[in-house]
Amino acid sequence: MSDAGAASSTVVISARALHKAFKKVQAVDSISFDIAAGSTTALLGGNGAGKTTTIGMIMGLILPTSGSVRVLGVDMARERHRVLARMNFESPYVDMPHRLTVRQNLKVFAGLYGVADVASRIAVLAESLALEEFLDRQAGKLSAGQKTRVALAKALINEPEVLLLDEPTASLDPDTADWVRSRLEDYRRRRNATILLASHNMAEVERLCDRVIILKAGRVVDDGAPHDLIAKYGRDNLEEVFLDIARGRAAALA
Amino acid sequence: MSGFSLRRIIAMLSRYLYVLRSSWPRIAELVYWPAIQMFTWGFLQTYINAQANVAGFNGRFAVAAGTLIGALLLWDSLFRAQLGFSLSFLEEMWSRNMANILMSPLRPLEFVAALMTMSVIRLVIGIVPVTLLAFWFFGFNLWGLGFAVVAFFVNLVLTSWAIGLFVSGLVLRNGMGAEAIAWSILFFVMPFACVYYPVATLPFWLQWVAWCLPPTYVFEGLRALLVAHLFRGDLMVEALAINTALLVAGAFAFLGLLDSARRAGSLLQMGE
Repeated sequence: MSDAGAASSTVVISARALHKAFKKVQAVDSISFDIAAGSTTALLGGNGAGKTTTIGMIMGLILPTSGSVRVLGVDMARERHRVLARMNFESPYVDMPHRLTVRQNLKVFAGLYGVADVASRIAVLAESLALEEFLDRQAGKLSAGQKTRVALAKALINEPEVLLLDEPTASLDPDTADWVRSRLEDYRRRRNATILLASHNMAEVERLCDRVIILKAGRVVDDGAPHDLIAKYGRDNLEEVFLDIARGRAAALA
Repeated sequence: MSGFSLRRIIAMLSRYLYVLRSSWPRIAELVYWPAIQMFTWGFLQTYINAQANVAGFNGRFAVAAGTLIGALLLWDSLFRAQLGFSLSFLEEMWSRNMANILMSPLRPLEFVAALMTMSVIRLVIGIVPVTLLAFWFFGFNLWGLGFAVVAFFVNLVLTSWAIGLFVSGLVLRNGMGAEAIAWSILFFVMPFACVYYPVATLPFWLQWVAWCLPPTYVFEGLRALLVAHLFRGDLMVEALAINTALLVAGAFAFLGLLDSARRAGSLLQMGE
């Protein structure tokens, strides 16, 4: 788990009565939470729990039906362009132009994010994420693990204060996934960045996160530090806690 | 952060130019289709001219037929400029990159400015060589028409941007199911824009429809220039007025459909 002492009490992400309905489906049902600066928080939940929709609303790509979400003090539904240069994200549902080389892709995003010294920033990322060997290869010709590293490089191109990650290690082998987690931990410590991630991987959440917000059917059903939740439910690990909640055993156990 | 950033527009342009440079068939294709069209209509025009002389029309019919190749070049300019805008936009959908773009500090109007610039770049790459071929093979010198060509092109490009904005908004809102509109929408407009025949050819009630379309003014202007040697500045000004209204409507439609896509929650998972 990351160093909880790094977190300060400054609220970076604030959701208030956040609600999103798609026609008659309540994807996110009036959730509220604050996320402190320098912390790593996980949104945990099964398929359809509302994790991706919540992250979408935090990014401002999905408009809430009601409620509000603020990032770095800015209302993301109305003024998101004021803070987008200080944020970034990675998602397995999003790709980068296949015909561009990795270097070209990173140059384009460096330009979009207003990075001052593009060449040296790409060099730093290439070294820290081990991209050198395929920096001039087309993005479409990379393996899944290489693509994830490139997506992470894009997500870190502007050294974001707020990093949103949707299943950051999905489809990676255990070794590569572990390597990616180490890079994320390093980045958070060095930059005192705030990371919010959605994940199905309990080991990943236990290792990376100070705090877990558990969603079920669009509602927050529990919220706390991983070790506190494990103790609260009397389980050995977060996966067992998750299964208790997902299968409706939580009320009896908690 | 600045409200409108040239640097972000240049970043987007470099993205599209990288794609274009990465594949010579893509560049060749920009010239290929306009060239094929031009040769087909150019030879048809040559044939009509020959038949008109045999039939003794004293060249009048031949002059009218001479407008065919000019109309074709202008029509293709409109079509290519609209495709240049829409295909650049669709590149983001095909590569599942749209969320990255929309999550970046790039403003929607900067995105649009990059798409407009790409539409002009692709148009120039595609059409300029074909106009030179038209001069070489058929003696039709589009550039010899002088200032009128500028007026024609400005109006056609403005129309292409307005349509491109509307189509891109529809794709943002409805996903790739709306992609076919990008390819077909101008062909719906074509019969009413009177590309190859005067507006007077249409039934009276359809003439009203034709005069609502800016390209109609351009093609009428071209015929006036080639047949009567008269530059109709009034037509160009009227086309410009309608184009301005269409462009404003297109920009509002694009922004409105983008907001609608944000409400529908479809932006995060866009792509093929």
